[in-house]
Amino acid sequence: MAESMVEGKQSLVDTVLSKAQDQQLKTTNVENEELIELDEGNLLAVNENKTDTKDFKKKKETILLSLTRDATQALFNSLWKLPVEQKDGAYLITLPESKTWMPREKPVPKKKAPTKWEEYAKTKGILNKKKSRMVWDEPSQQYKPRWGYQRANDDTKDWVIEVPDNADPYEDQFEKRKTAKKERVAKNELQRLRNVARSQKKKVPGIGLAPTEKPSKDHLSKALAVAHKSTASIGKFTDRLPKEKPSKFTGKKRKFEPSIGNLGSEKEKQLKVLDSVSKKIPTINVTKAANRMLRQDEEKRAQDKQSRKTPKKVKGRKASLGLGKPGRQGGGNKKTRGKRKR
Amino acid sequence: MRPLTQEETNTFFEKLSKYIGENIKLLIDRQDGSYCFRLHKERVYYMSEEQLKIGSSAAGETLLSIGSCFGKFTKSGKFHLHVTALDYLAPYAKHKVWLKPSAEQQFLYGHHIMKSGLGRLTEDTEQYQGVIVYNMNDLPLGFGVAAKSTQACRNCDPMTLVVFHQADTGQYIRDEDTLT
Repeated sequence: MAESMVEGKQSLVDTVLSKAQDQQLKTTNVENEELIELDEGNLLAVNENKTDTKDFKKKKETILLSLTRDATQALFNSLWKLPVEQKDGAYLITLPESKTWMPREKPVPKKKAPTKWEEYAKTKGILNKKKSRMVWDEPSQQYKPRWGYQRANDDTKDWVIEVPDNADPYEDQFEKRKTAKKERVAKNELQRLRNVARSQKKKVPGIGLAPTEKPSKDHLSKALAVAHKSTASIGKFTDRLPKEKPSKFTGKKRKFEPSIGNLGSEKEKQLKVLDSVSKKIPTINVTKAANRMLRQDEEKRAQDKQSRKTPKKVKGRKASLGLGKPGRQGGGNKKTRGKRKR
Repeated sequence: MRPLTQEETNTFFEKLSKYIGENIKLLIDRQDGSYCFRLHKERVYYMSEEQLKIGSSAAGETLLSIGSCFGKFTKSGKFHLHVTALDYLAPYAKHKVWLKPSAEQQFLYGHHIMKSGLGRLTEDTEQYQGVIVYNMNDLPLGFGVAAKSTQACRNCDPMTLVVFHQADTGQYIRDEDTLT
């Protein structure tokens, strides 16, 4: 009874499998799995199964398709063997490291040449010890930066400086410190620029202008001024073209008159400027003059009109009264009728 | 502190002449002492020779103000007159405007003047002429620019602006921080 049941179940399995086959569900079986190289990391499957050349020539497409199918199926079979996670309803697989070696996209970077400082440090055995940014400043009793703005131990900010024994008593010690600082800054800047020029393999002139491919108008005028001056007598005897003006680029800072100079001459200069300014202001009020002219014209026209006016010809009752005589001016009102002077 | 250059003097005098015309001569050439203009931190100061000598001992950052500040030069080289120049402009003014008492407050708060607030106006003031604003008791209140010529003022309606406000004595309180 039990055996028959097992047999029955087995037959059930067979029927299911045969049904599946009948329904043409494609199999996941791959023949010749050994010759398919898989690289899950790159999702790469290489099928190295050999095919018969004659067969290939006859059924090219079908053979290619079956080869591709085998390779792809083998790849997916191996992928499903990897640990699967689920996230938001999707199956995720972490791909392993790729086995195929890829060539470089870009050439190998060149090693940077050590800088002058690096070479020096190497020879001297100087190590790069980390120093803290803030340092304790005794006079102000607080931590201040080691370098930079509002630094600790800033000797240019001392309000009292002892004059050393061997120094000139009339020397300005404060000024001395300031100039020393300026010189250090300038030296540092020069070194930096030289480093930059060296690293970029560009030439930097000591004085004057850097050579450029396309000089601007400003650059050209500066170059002209420099060339004009670059003679043994510093441009004193270099001729200028007939209409050439002296250049603005003297290389000097803008110079002003001294604050307490000659007040008298200053006044004269200012009065001159005032004259030129007053010239610009028109002395005649144009609108007023124009209006006056117009008014004059109108008045003249009005007078001319009055003189040409012929006396009104009087008719009827007025004529009987003798009012129509030549030379008599017309006009008047009811009250003056008959009463006006004749 | 330095004297004004030619160009700066030109711009400065042109601005002043809009208000006082050729009376600038009376500022330059004075009988009661020699006065001069000096530039410090883009501001023009008017001071006597004695003040100049004392003031030149403090210069640069330490000097805040010296004499009377007339105004300042802007970054683009134009000159702006400040209210602190009023004391020197008022006596030499060419074109004047007198305000009614009702409009005084408005002007002193920095508003423009309307025709309804205008008491009197000098004859033949052109449009955009610099004017000094007085109150009815002949006290200088500030200065401005005429928005309309005298003729046009007669014909316009009372709510139009006749003088644009430029500076007023109320600024001594309002702009205390920025005036020097």
